[in-house]
Amino acid sequence: MLKALEGSQAIAQAVASCRPQVVAAYPITPQTHIVENIAKLVANGKMHCEMVSVESEFSAASVVLGAACAGSRTYTASASQGILLMAEVLYNIAGMRIPMVMTCANRAVSAPISIWNDQQDSMAVRDAGWIQLYCADNQDAVDTTIQAYRIAERTELPVMVCVDGFTLTHTLEPIDIPEQAMVDQFLPAFNFKRALNPAQPTSMGTLVSPDFFPEARYSHHQALLHAADEIVAADADWAKISGRASGGLLSIDGPDDAKIGILTLGSVYGTLVEAREEYPDLPATKIINLRAFRPFPVAALCEACQGLTDLIVLERALSPGYGGIVAPEVQASLTSVHAATRVHSFAVGLGGRDIPLEIYRKLHRRIQLEEPAPFTIIDVELERLPVEDYGVE
Amino acid sequence: MNTEKNSAISIEQLRRNQPRFEGIKSGHRACLGCGQALAARLVTEAAGPDVVVANATGCLEIFTTPWPESAWHIPWMHSVFENAGAIASGMEAALKAQGKSTKVLAFGGDGGTFDIGFQAISGMLERGHNVLYVCFDNEAYMNTGIQRSSSTPHAAMTTTSPPGSERMGKRHLKKDILTIVAAHHIPYAATTSIAYPSDIRKKVRRAMDIEGPTFIHIHCPCPLGWGHDGANSIKVARLAVQTGLFPVIELERTELIGSMPIRHPKPVVEYLKMQQRFRHLFTTKDARAREELEHIQALADHNIKHFNLQGDTMDALDSDGADTVRRGGMRWA
Repeated sequence: MLKALEGSQAIAQAVASCRPQVVAAYPITPQTHIVENIAKLVANGKMHCEMVSVESEFSAASVVLGAACAGSRTYTASASQGILLMAEVLYNIAGMRIPMVMTCANRAVSAPISIWNDQQDSMAVRDAGWIQLYCADNQDAVDTTIQAYRIAERTELPVMVCVDGFTLTHTLEPIDIPEQAMVDQFLPAFNFKRALNPAQPTSMGTLVSPDFFPEARYSHHQALLHAADEIVAADADWAKISGRASGGLLSIDGPDDAKIGILTLGSVYGTLVEAREEYPDLPATKIINLRAFRPFPVAALCEACQGLTDLIVLERALSPGYGGIVAPEVQASLTSVHAATRVHSFAVGLGGRDIPLEIYRKLHRRIQLEEPAPFTIIDVELERLPVEDYGVE
Repeated sequence: MNTEKNSAISIEQLRRNQPRFEGIKSGHRACLGCGQALAARLVTEAAGPDVVVANATGCLEIFTTPWPESAWHIPWMHSVFENAGAIASGMEAALKAQGKSTKVLAFGGDGGTFDIGFQAISGMLERGHNVLYVCFDNEAYMNTGIQRSSSTPHAAMTTTSPPGSERMGKRHLKKDILTIVAAHHIPYAATTSIAYPSDIRKKVRRAMDIEGPTFIHIHCPCPLGWGHDGANSIKVARLAVQTGLFPVIELERTELIGSMPIRHPKPVVEYLKMQQRFRHLFTTKDARAREELEHIQALADHNIKHFNLQGDTMDALDSDGADTVRRGGMRWA
């Protein structure tokens, strides 16, 4: 049944339906509403879990790690500075191959301090070894959260569900919260075989010398690559139960024979789809929503980019001193199959700058050049900068 | 147990016959005379097998778990340096959610407790998790090569507090972690020392029985970092107590409820002279060295007075008698 829910509220209800036993979190905008809603569900007896209100994000990640190692299904959420404070533990969780789910309510990273949305935070922990799934809308966030638990527990890898801060977390949408029985049917009780147990004592997180370290890294990498199958399977199986699919590794919207494609992660997907209708005079365009950023779906991407002359990668974060973060990976993936496809990289909406529908026309205009346009922050307004900071008079 | 029959055999034999649980086995890589290894053994013996351990990064973690080997015979986990308190909190929350009564132990060195892991411990104590936190205090970052921590005693030499023409070792005082921990109004916080194994056992058993956060701070000499013969670890540890430099006390909430009296307080020089880390106080005629020695003696005198360590009467369980009286004998009476 559709209900008008704020994204955070919907995510909280989706988490509750997965029956985590331990939830730990620390307040940070724009994640706060998620844990507030979980706290409310706990207070009203609608969710049965140990809710640990920790003294930092570092401890939030540590508490869920300790709880998962002791055999419980867990949940945490954070954003921005909180993700960076967790970073050491996030690597640790993934390296130990601990299944868990967290939400990243994507937000810019300071300085300058900004509470608004971009994806610099989750991109900063790209290499931590977590599965990263990006959600296009709040229904997707609900379904992906539920799927994430099954993916995590089957692959013994942690999953970060990335949801654009404010744009999704604070937006009311009609959302279908699945029946508890549907989730129970999809998600079996957590049974972590490596959980610490006094009857069969094991040691976790031991010191590994160069004799074994590359092997540990290798198996972690392989596990992530193989997780692609579980991501697809979870989406397909959940679609059988719920009637909704989230696109597996990526979803494509637009005509097969389009020559131009725009690839993006997260909620800007919806903006682009709507903008395309607004500008029917522009060339046919495929819009690709990269749902799985880790593992990076090379094969699926190559298939999606079949026949494209131009692919615009719309970045929501950047690597200062280089440019886009996603485009180089896309470009490298396409090289062997579609070397002729020109890959353009533009950052947009950094620090929460509004992404208007006109952006669609602007993107089309920018790729008319003979050479691929160099990376730019497409909505930068140079007249707002003093000349000495590369502004214009 | 038939005491009459047992009394016919020697105490030694009795002890050998007693099935004693060992949480950490020999074969690990600790240095000769390592105080921490001994303390960990005594703690895990007393805590028994129904525990789960969260261990901060440090010597204890390194020397017990060179993959694929492990010295631990209890479920044990190491995450990172500064989160043992939070890992333990999570374990406890999980076990509680699962309806299990297994006790959670958290182990950290002085670096992981006094310094980098301090915030997570404070959070764990404030939230009232049912965890026994044990700090193995060897008074510096030994695992990385002897750097000063906030637990390093005043005037001690470490690689980051070296004596020189402008310095006499560490310039600052040892952090009073026990009082800070107790200020969280936890039910039990105590200090103890590897010189008094029965005291460690007693305090661990007491903490294990308490539902709530408890803290045991164990003074553990490090032959490598303190610069003494490994064979003298117990002697050095005992002198720390007998001089008054490391008071052995117990606090409930914030109230002092017990202390190990010192029968014959020893001058701090006896303790300091055994250790290379205080060598600079004895090898120079510099007036500052003499001042520092006086300063350290004053710190010990303050402890003795503040905690009433000399006691009012003779006490069989004082710093001279505690070990001999409690070791074995009375338990078989």
